[in-house]
Amino acid sequence: MSQGALSVPHHTQTRSGWLDSLSTLLFVRRRLLLACLLIPPLLWFGVIYLGSLLSLLANSFFKIDEFSGQLVREFTLQNFIDLFQPANIDVAVRSVVMSSAVTVACAALAFPLAYYMARYARGTQKAILYIAVMLPLWSSYLVRLYAWKLLLAKEGAISWVLQAVHMQWLLDAFLTLPVVGGNSLSFSPFGTFVVFVYMWLPFMVLPILVALERIPPSLIEASADLGSTPSQTFWKVIWPLAMPGIAAGSVFTFSLTLGDYIIPQVIGNSTKYIGQVVYTQQGVAGNLPFAAAFSIVPIVVIGVYLWLAKRKGVFDAL
Amino acid sequence: MKKLPRLLAAASALSLALTSVAPAFAQSKKTSIGKGEGQVDIVAWPGYIERGATDKAFDWVTDFEKKTSCKVNVKTAGTSDEMVALMNEGGFDLVTASGDASLRLIAGKRVQPLNISLIPSYKNVDPRLQQAPWHYVNKQHYGVPYQWGWNVLMYNTKVFGDKKPTSWSVVFEEQTLPDGKSNKGRVQAFDGPIYMADAALYLMTKKPELGIKNPYELNETQYKAVLELLRAQRKIVGRYWHDAFVQIDDFTNEGVVASGSWQFQANILGSKKAPIATVFPAEGATGWADSTMMHSEAKNPNCAYMWLEHSINAKLQGDLAAWFGSVPAVLSACKGNKLLTDAGCERNGLGSFEKIAFWRTPTTKCATQGDKCVPYHKWVSDYIAVLGNR
Repeated sequence: MSQGALSVPHHTQTRSGWLDSLSTLLFVRRRLLLACLLIPPLLWFGVIYLGSLLSLLANSFFKIDEFSGQLVREFTLQNFIDLFQPANIDVAVRSVVMSSAVTVACAALAFPLAYYMARYARGTQKAILYIAVMLPLWSSYLVRLYAWKLLLAKEGAISWVLQAVHMQWLLDAFLTLPVVGGNSLSFSPFGTFVVFVYMWLPFMVLPILVALERIPPSLIEASADLGSTPSQTFWKVIWPLAMPGIAAGSVFTFSLTLGDYIIPQVIGNSTKYIGQVVYTQQGVAGNLPFAAAFSIVPIVVIGVYLWLAKRKGVFDAL
Repeated sequence: MKKLPRLLAAASALSLALTSVAPAFAQSKKTSIGKGEGQVDIVAWPGYIERGATDKAFDWVTDFEKKTSCKVNVKTAGTSDEMVALMNEGGFDLVTASGDASLRLIAGKRVQPLNISLIPSYKNVDPRLQQAPWHYVNKQHYGVPYQWGWNVLMYNTKVFGDKKPTSWSVVFEEQTLPDGKSNKGRVQAFDGPIYMADAALYLMTKKPELGIKNPYELNETQYKAVLELLRAQRKIVGRYWHDAFVQIDDFTNEGVVASGSWQFQANILGSKKAPIATVFPAEGATGWADSTMMHSEAKNPNCAYMWLEHSINAKLQGDLAAWFGSVPAVLSACKGNKLLTDAGCERNGLGSFEKIAFWRTPTTKCATQGDKCVPYHKWVSDYIAVLGNR
């Protein structure tokens, strides 16, 4: 027996056998190692994420029983026909217009800020700007929402300041405008818009910032060396290279606005947005099939949006 | 404030409509209460089962645990749907179900019939509730009444002065209020389809020729009239209210002066000395009523029966009513409770029981309109359209 023990190669004596064979197996079969590493995230994405999404969408072809409200698993396209009722089209159009307006406003505010942060801010100043952009994300969404309600209220801070400087008439005149106006800022669609812009601004600033920081300074110097004016440099070099950042940011702001159902419930004039309709149809009415059908609307809208962006060459610089 | 979501949720939670109550097979009821199992698991509205964590004065659990050695575990649920879902999942002994959830639970056989002879205090329960249709089905008791409340008209006393409103018309129709200004933009309505029942209730008096017998049972013609009323109301409502605390803020900072509301908001505003009062309008009002029900597969039935007995003792009932702005299921709770005070029950709606239309889920099947009623999911879609000016 002792003879046999001596003939065992040296290194196995310090390891347990199965670990050794496992490490050899993984070393020899590289693909196995890859599979081990990739299967969990693929399972997560494929089965849990896409699977739940698909099962939700499958529900959109069912209906609920008129009397009992129970789900009837019977194929029907009625939910999609119902989507084209005027009230539902209103909701979809209202949501898309609001999302577009919020996205444009966010981009207009975020670009100069990100540009300054990327190209001019240094040291402490840069750190402070970073923190200022991120800070709102560290506090609760609801706290910030209710804080805005107090700011925008009829007897709130903004109104008070305007009264103090005798500008209340301006606000009152603005609030009498159709569509955007209301009894007070917090009761008006404009108030909803302001809060949306505030909430999603960081999601626009950060991608633009990253895109701008990736532009090598040498490119800008080269552009100047070749005789470009600053505005030519901006439109021909910086803008196209920043475009993927703006596109990424706009996907965030657009889809976040499209799906939100809490902000318009607290601020605004109680007209509903897509998120609220889905929530109400599912949570209050128990009409899961129709809620599922309605939740396809934002998917289609975002899909069309991305397709258009790609056609316009927004992602070419990626 | 933990109690907020409870009502709000209940209001918005009349989800799946009731299934018809099939004649339940007589399930075997307990005939005696054994030794406690050491714990009891309860699904409850936030604020319904307090152990003094929010306010030391409001504690009706600690004593029970000491007396019975049954530890009380509470799982709060924000909507009736969530309650039904939790009960379907199982693992709980009791649930505090509202009228819209209770019949669903009975129809789905998720709750068991109770032997009320094991609950000696049941005889003290308000006789009007003892056999209420939302928990007493096929001559079986499925629940022990817990609390109920109304949806009253809340108004600003400064604006209305000594001409307090007596009709819901102040929130439904444009008019000049006693302070000389229009009510346009200064009134609110609830942001939930169940509010259509409030409009139907108003029409019962306003337009008797429509023949509405029950605000939860509307035929096509009656339903159209209700929608018409609500569309007119949209023009005078700046924003609908959904969240009790947002409404409190609207009355404080937004110049809102009248709205259908819960006693809860009025009590909070009253405690802040705001010029707010409530009135029960001539047309009546809608309301809610909850009962505690036992799971058909309760693991701790002995402790559960002990809790059911405990849940209707006068002290608990009075304290809870004071905490919640509701009415006790036990009338003796209305006298001599320090937290509720002797005026509390009346303030929260005790005397108006007969005129309250308690929440139910509208279905196509309805006795008063020959089974041709508009079901709840239609209410939901159409209320969204009304809010969007359609």
